Amino acid sequence: MKQYSGFGLVKHALSHHENWQRMWRNPAPKREYDVIIVGGGGHGLATAYYLAKVHGITNVAVVEKGWLGGGNTARNTTIVRSNYLWDESAWLYEHAMKLWEGLSQELNYNVMFSQRGVMNLGHTLQDMRDIHRRVNANRLNGIDGEVIDARQVKEIVPHMDCTANRRFPVLGASWQPRAGVARHDAVAWGFARGADALGVDMLQQTEVTGIRTSGGKVLGVETSRGFIGAKTVGVVTAGNSGVLAKMAGFKLPVESHPLQALVSEPMKPILDTVVMSNHVHGYISQSDKGDLVIGAGIDGYVGYGQRGSYQTIEHTLQAIVELFPIFSRVRMNRQWGGIVDTTPDACPIISATPVGGLFFNCGWGTGGFKATPGSGHVFAATLAAGKAHPLAAPFTIDRFISGKLIDEHGAAGVAH
Amino acid sequence: MLHIYCPHCDEHREEEEFRSKGEAHIARPPEPESASDEDWGNYLFFRKNPRGLHHEQWFHAVGCRKFFNVTRDTVSYEILETYKPGQQPVVTAESRNGSASDKGAAK
Ligand SMILES: Cc1cc2nc3c(=O)[nH]c(=O)nc-3n(C[C@H](O)[C@H](O)[C@H](O)COP(=O)(O)OP(=O)(O)OC[C@H]3O[C@@H](n4cnc5c(N)ncnc54)[C@H](O)[C@@H]3O)c2cc1C
Ligand SMILES: [Zn+2]
Repeated sequence: MKQYSGFGLVKHALSHHENWQRMWRNPAPKREYDVIIVGGGGHGLATAYYLAKVHGITNVAVVEKGWLGGGNTARNTTIVRSNYLWDESAWLYEHAMKLWEGLSQELNYNVMFSQRGVMNLGHTLQDMRDIHRRVNANRLNGIDGEVIDARQVKEIVPHMDCTANRRFPVLGASWQPRAGVARHDAVAWGFARGADALGVDMLQQTEVTGIRTSGGKVLGVETSRGFIGAKTVGVVTAGNSGVLAKMAGFKLPVESHPLQALVSEPMKPILDTVVMSNHVHGYISQSDKGDLVIGAGIDGYVGYGQRGSYQTIEHTLQAIVELFPIFSRVRMNRQWGGIVDTTPDACPIISATPVGGLFFNCGWGTGGFKATPGSGHVFAATLAAGKAHPLAAPFTIDRFISGKLIDEHGAAGVAH
Repeated sequence: MLHIYCPHCDEHREEEEFRSKGEAHIARPPEPESASDEDWGNYLFFRKNPRGLHHEQWFHAVGCRKFFNVTRDTVSYEILETYKPGQQPVVTAESRNGSASDKGAAK
């Protein structure tokens, strides 16, 4: 792999940028790998990268039915934060946050991680109590966070309507300064490039159609390009996880729902942080390109169609205009949907399964982009050791039998 | 926006009047006292979540406020039938594809 550098940029300018090397190979599948990762989204690619980098396991394939990062990884609104309520999830997301902070250097790839702060607004007394509780919990876990009042909110975001006589007045917010956004495609590409350089095969346009098992153990995967063997298989397919579980003969505590986002036409810089509100139900940031990036909640029904309902868009924009009347005449440019895998406790599943050698990393639902490096890091350790990494251990499928749920609806249910 | 036929109101109404309430025909453990943790876990949390035909409950939230069932394709979102609680679906994966699984719809 050629290192990227400022010098390289100048050198390639001399040849009109026509001779940049490809970022990864496009190999033919081998018959057998040590580990197969199903799903070439950010989480699958990060898993492959850390398997090779940290654990020295390089005979690995990432099997992706479409193109790398074409799932939720490239469809999300890129909010990265770690201010979750419970210890288990706070540790997991903060682990990811620490990796984000060095990720561009680690990958020699600019993931444009921008710690511009995330604000979760409170509009009622109960909202504010919950915010105090969550920020206190965060601080006890060593995670940065402050409770700010309406005046401080207004100082940070002068264009927001913080007047007291609104229907949903802004009473204050939780504020995590280290939180922010990152460039989603770059995250997928950076991990893919790094993994490829260490020997991992990226098998794109290769759909897994079956999981072959024998005596309760996994033997490999049937694909649209034939059978590929591996004694360890990690499935990281987000909204399609239920489909893959069915291939292996079990059910998951997961439902797949459409989640939409939309962006406006590009504008001059007006919003330099991320604003989220569970109560009026919407969130907004501005990309480096200038478009407002807007999202809200899932569509209520189970759906795999990668599109959502129009009334959801309407509700989302009502919320944004409630907070920012100044944006009421901004024109929207594009709208799209992804399929998110929601769990009953709004926490992920990083787990062994009833099939030996077969592991699932799913259930990240509406908010897994922020976890991408951390998820890959702990899942790689889980696959390498054949048993859960300590940070992953609470997130087994079994918690839905034992009842040891990690209820993050307050911190995750709406907000991404 | 979906256009949903409510079998109680005998009318098509817009999706906004309804709430989706998830998988239908989930049987509560018949003997709650003797049901195992696994029975309860399966009943409460584990779902078919099919890519293809789904039999699901809907609630006519701002209409008659009654529940009913819908058979819907989760990829095209096409609604194939609606029927009252206690009734069984006519359209099933088997009847639609002539095959024994809903894999056909998964393409
Ligand atoms: C609109 C929207 C907004 C969001 N906003 C945020 C946010 O602001 N912050 C945040 O933290 N999270 C957000 N999320 C959630 C986040 O995008 C996901 O949790 C995360 O990207 C999941 O990554 P992944 O790698 O697990 O899944 P994906 O990127 O979806 O990757 C799964 C891959 O598996 C592949 N696959 C599926 N089936 C098969 C098969 N049979 N064979 C081979 N390959 C298969 C798919 O093609 C896909 O590429 C949002 C999601 C959406 C849809
Ligand atoms: Zn009705």
